[in-house]
Amino acid sequence: MDRRPQLWLLGAVALAAILSALARPLGFNSYFVSVAVDVAINLVLAVSLNLINGHTGQFSLGHAGFMAVGAYAAAAFTLALGVPTGAAAVVTGPGLFALALVLGGCAAAAAGLAVGLPSLRLKGDYLAIVTLGFGEIIRVILQNTEAVGGASGLKQIPRLTNLAWAWGAAALTVYTVTCLVNSTYGRGFIAVHDDEVAARSLGINPTRYKVTAFVLGAFFAGIAGGLYAHHKQFISPSGFDFNKSIEIVVMVILGGMGRTAGVIGATILLTLLPEVLREVAEYRMILYALLIIGLMLTRPQGLFWLRRTGTGVRQGKPA
Amino acid sequence: MTEIFQQLVNGLALGAIYALIALGYTMVYGVLRFINFAHSDLFMLGAYAGYFLAPMLGPVLPLGGVANAVVTLTLAMAICAALGVLIEILAYRPLRQRPRLTVLITAIGVSMLIQNVAQNSRLGFGPEVRRFPNLLPETTWQLAGVAFSSTSIIVFVVTGLLLAILTWTVKRTRLGLAMRAVAFNEQAAALMGVNVNSIISSTFAIGSALAAAGGILYALNFGKIEPLMGMQPGLKAFVAAVLGGIGNLPGACLGGLVLGVIESVVGGQPKFSSYRDAVAFAVLILILLLKPEGLLGKPTREKV
Repeated sequence: MDRRPQLWLLGAVALAAILSALARPLGFNSYFVSVAVDVAINLVLAVSLNLINGHTGQFSLGHAGFMAVGAYAAAAFTLALGVPTGAAAVVTGPGLFALALVLGGCAAAAAGLAVGLPSLRLKGDYLAIVTLGFGEIIRVILQNTEAVGGASGLKQIPRLTNLAWAWGAAALTVYTVTCLVNSTYGRGFIAVHDDEVAARSLGINPTRYKVTAFVLGAFFAGIAGGLYAHHKQFISPSGFDFNKSIEIVVMVILGGMGRTAGVIGATILLTLLPEVLREVAEYRMILYALLIIGLMLTRPQGLFWLRRTGTGVRQGKPA
Repeated sequence: MTEIFQQLVNGLALGAIYALIALGYTMVYGVLRFINFAHSDLFMLGAYAGYFLAPMLGPVLPLGGVANAVVTLTLAMAICAALGVLIEILAYRPLRQRPRLTVLITAIGVSMLIQNVAQNSRLGFGPEVRRFPNLLPETTWQLAGVAFSSTSIIVFVVTGLLLAILTWTVKRTRLGLAMRAVAFNEQAAALMGVNVNSIISSTFAIGSALAAAGGILYALNFGKIEPLMGMQPGLKAFVAAVLGGIGNLPGACLGGLVLGVIESVVGGQPKFSSYRDAVAFAVLILILLLKPEGLLGKPTREKV
């Protein structure tokens, strides 16, 4: 672990900002910029889900639901206020977008709290089903709320997400999750993952850690939702279904649950793969499924040879 | 008032189907302690088996309506039982000693695989919705203003028969005794000479056959099939299994019926009809909050 993670964070954000500023003058291909933003948004989603599913050892299948809450909250906010124009826009524009993203994150975090609290007592498969059910409930509610467009969704969301916002958010997510898990407090997540009963006997409150993981993970998923909404400029409830959640789960599993560097690698790989495999797009999900089954049978610790973050556990031992 | 009774009848027919699927979940959970996500896809495959078998059997087997329907149902159940056993041997058996989460993720993978292969027009059935043939002529009887369709009566009769057979198997046969032993304590059962692998395979076979029957009845009831038709009923049946107390066979039936009725009565109110699909999950969250062991389940103690 680097001793100066803050410097890394600043460096990453600065790099993203510089690249973003240069994107237009240097004439970057807009398709590549768009894919790069997709990668960053998926990084936020996968790294935050890794906090819940990997480090804390819970199993959430509702990350797309949290993302939806964030996306709708942020998009509704900017649509209600409108994009500021004129001289003041240089300052208020980014400020308002940041506010919209944080608002989306907080709305998702509140949802995370609502899911986390009742599901404390549940483990493994029960939790998976509850989070799945929760994601479905969110989708049904959004579908029936005419204020946010019902089934046809929200259109004409201003395009505010750029390389700087997306990669800045991705760097912030990686920074927060890594530092948290490596902190004294954060060891508790890993303790809950390894053995809940043993953790409790050492004075760690598993419930608190689980809820914290849920709330924090949901917060970042909400931010990712806000970025997504202002990148695609259109959101609808069907875009946040079970398959979206599974897509994020696959990134975490492929990278290795609890291995942040692996998850980052897998996310980049899995976001770029469909772009390369455009001709065989209809087989993409089949490939995904085979990948999951094959990995679970042969390499449940993930594709890469990495240690779990914050533990001395070597790969190869069952997690 | 008659409207409420009508919803009750519809709800019980729907609930009977949920109960059939829930039994498969609960049986597999009883012996292996994990949710077989692929169960809802066997339900779908059962319906497709019925769809393809019914017209094929007509010319070969001119026995008439009822006999043909019975043969179709039996064959579809046999096909799905074989598929269920195959899935267990290929995907779940190598993971028997691994953490439960690994098996759960594999099950999700298997479910995704079946769904997407089924949706692919070259490898599977294609994504389009198909009309399910009426296996038997449809009639409707009126009783005090409440309509009883022949389909819902078929659903009741078939479900009742299958439940009776299942109860007899589990309670009265050596196979059932061995199944209960494996569910109670796998290691001890193995030491007493029970072949655990073959018992687990039989459990998958029975569960998958029930799912196939549920799939055909569901298709008869709603008249159409598509590759993703298993998802919602599958999830709701799982909720039904949890509602009744997972691992508990009478509980799964009770849970299915209760859930079917709740869903029909709530969904029947014009105000809430669009929230129909969310009802089951609300019930799930409520039951987990208030009585996590389910209506008929016994609370489990965590041992260190």
